[in-house]
Amino acid sequence: MRYIVCMKQVPETTEVDIDPETGTLLREGIPSIINPFDEYAIEEALQFREERGGEVTVLSMGPPQAEEALREAVAMGADGAILLSDPAFRGSDTLATARTLAAAVGKMGDYSVILCGKQAIDGDTAQVGPELAELLDIPHVADVREVREITEEGITVERMIEGGYEIVKAPLPALVTVLKDINEPRLANMQGIMRANQTEIPTWGIDHLGMSSSDAGLEGSATEVIDVFTPEVGGEGEMIEGEPRDQAKALAGKLRDAGVI
Amino acid sequence: MMDFNLTSEQKMVQDMVHRFAEQELAPNIEEWDEAEAFDLSVFDRMAELGLLGHCFPTKYGGGGMDYITLALVCEELERVDTSFRVVMSVHIGLCGLGILQWGTEEQKHKHLTPLATGEKLGTFGLTEPNAGSDAAAIETVAERDGDEYVLNGEKMWISLADTADTFLVFARTDPSAGHRGISAFIVDREMPGFESEEIHGKMGIRAGDTGSFTLQDCRVPAENLLGEEGEGFKIAMSCIDNGRYTVAAGTVGLIRACLEASTQYAMERETFGKPIAEHQLVQQMIAHMTRDEEITRLLVYKAGWLKNEGVRNTRETSLAKWYGCDASFRAAENAVQIHGAYGYSNEYPVERYLRNSKGAVIYEGSAEIQTLLQASYALGVRKDKPVRCELPGWPYEE
Ligand SMILES: Cc1cc2nc3c(=O)[nH]c(=O)nc-3n(C[C@H](O)[C@H](O)[C@H](O)COP(=O)(O)OP(=O)(O)OC[C@H]3O[C@@H](n4cnc5c(N)ncnc54)[C@H](O)[C@@H]3O)c2cc1C
Repeated sequence: MRYIVCMKQVPETTEVDIDPETGTLLREGIPSIINPFDEYAIEEALQFREERGGEVTVLSMGPPQAEEALREAVAMGADGAILLSDPAFRGSDTLATARTLAAAVGKMGDYSVILCGKQAIDGDTAQVGPELAELLDIPHVADVREVREITEEGITVERMIEGGYEIVKAPLPALVTVLKDINEPRLANMQGIMRANQTEIPTWGIDHLGMSSSDAGLEGSATEVIDVFTPEVGGEGEMIEGEPRDQAKALAGKLRDAGVI
Repeated sequence: MMDFNLTSEQKMVQDMVHRFAEQELAPNIEEWDEAEAFDLSVFDRMAELGLLGHCFPTKYGGGGMDYITLALVCEELERVDTSFRVVMSVHIGLCGLGILQWGTEEQKHKHLTPLATGEKLGTFGLTEPNAGSDAAAIETVAERDGDEYVLNGEKMWISLADTADTFLVFARTDPSAGHRGISAFIVDREMPGFESEEIHGKMGIRAGDTGSFTLQDCRVPAENLLGEEGEGFKIAMSCIDNGRYTVAAGTVGLIRACLEASTQYAMERETFGKPIAEHQLVQQMIAHMTRDEEITRLLVYKAGWLKNEGVRNTRETSLAKWYGCDASFRAAENAVQIHGAYGYSNEYPVERYLRNSKGAVIYEGSAEIQTLLQASYALGVRKDKPVRCELPGWPYEE
């Protein structure tokens, strides 16, 4: 059985400039990493394979340099990787991204589970996973913190909700988005690194996917990013000096005045 | 002609070792340093990750990576603690690469492969109670008896003495022939007559095992003679070329650690109404660390490049080792200085860096020995002659 992991290469820092033309992040010169949540998705897929056999394929849409991130996933143990890269994909919002990924999944044949990270740390939308599931017309469970069981019939998971978690069972094929609690991603070892650098990573463009340009990239996007900025830290801090007892008293008074307590 | 870009493979290894050191070594290092011990499972992890054989050829079970990768691994390990870089120095630099350079095909398959896979740990036994810098003064003897040699003597200050399985041991086969009477042997801990002991009370590298071993009528099969009889001194010197390279590379990591700790502290600590980072004399210490980190790295990369090219690099490696060891000691001293009284206590890691950094100014050729070596090259007194077996360049032949 095949497990597909959708992953994204993201800048290591959150302080990035945006391209005024496309409204997307400018990545030049900033070290890139695998989106941290996606590392957990990769690890989970590798554990599925170890328990049940099959193979893990990682899939990423991005600029040519995203191939590095795919290689890192292969170094961790993924069996294969596919890069979705084409100038026509530039400026994709979450919908256009999900369409592109869906087109690729459609070309990959049978699969049992698609795993995504909960969200990417640059865009922070948490939309691509669920959108991809909708486009593929398969069930999805988001915010998974543990996989309880996976059998021929379905996958049973714990999904975080406010104040607790729920246990959800979904038939296969299904898509899950995972949280950081789910596992401890492994380090690549030397053998994996050697293999990663010998692995052919095919690049699929818009023609290969049979998509029309009106469905992809900026043109195929339903939303437009108008501005991206790092929020300014607002408000003035106030230090309360004195003995702990007096400090506590002063603090309680201020909170009361502010109507907090 | 000059290219300082790391390959994608090298970057991946660097990243992996960085994470390994941060996640699995750093959280325990203070405890290990204090207790003069560490968890032996670290070796299992190193083996699992392929670190114990990363730069040996794949046909001997290694990772087939190049010598620059070896430097990157050493840098990342020593950034957390010198003890782990020492493992690379003795297991890979002094022992494994020595066997790779001088071993017969059969010896390499038999003795290098288990080192590469991490099934066995290797080290290097040259120093004795009465012979350090003057290595030709060793007293351990090896007498031929049929198809065996009988070894007697004592080795001291040996890294991993109490942990390693495979020992490259230097002994006299001809007591009257000075340095030409020394031979090299591959000795296994299991051989009867071998006994090892830990040395306690070291100033630094306390998480690493340093010890002594004795050989008492220890019978070593003649097939374990590395190189030819009388070639031992040359073998030792070429092993040291490789060991020194790992030491030099490690110092880059140690300087980096000093710099990281110092810049962070200097921005937080305030005196006279501003962060001490704004005082020029503090900036000077930080600037020196930056300079030394980069100079050492360049010297190491040059030596590594020569190794990849298969070119003799005794001179360049010695220079990198000499400069890096002095520089890392200086960096650690200044890191303590920047931390003031806090740096003088084990609340911060910099006192450990200082204790650790002193060792490298002594072992693998003290600063004085490197000074003499550099002068003798500059004066034309010393010229490297080709040796019978050269260290293979990289990429390795399959
Ligand atoms: C932590 C640690 C790990 C070690 N691991 C190993 C190992 O794995 N295997 C191994 O074989 N050895 C190992 N050693 C030993 C190390 O290589 C020796 O300590 C080193 O060679 C110096 O020898 P020595 O200590 O006997 O000092 P000595 O040779 O006695 O030197 C004492 C002092 O005299 C100076 N000196 C000596 N000769 C001259 C000269 N001609 N001109 C000017 N000054 C001179 C030296 O620089 C030094 O300052 C280790 C040592 C340490 C501390």
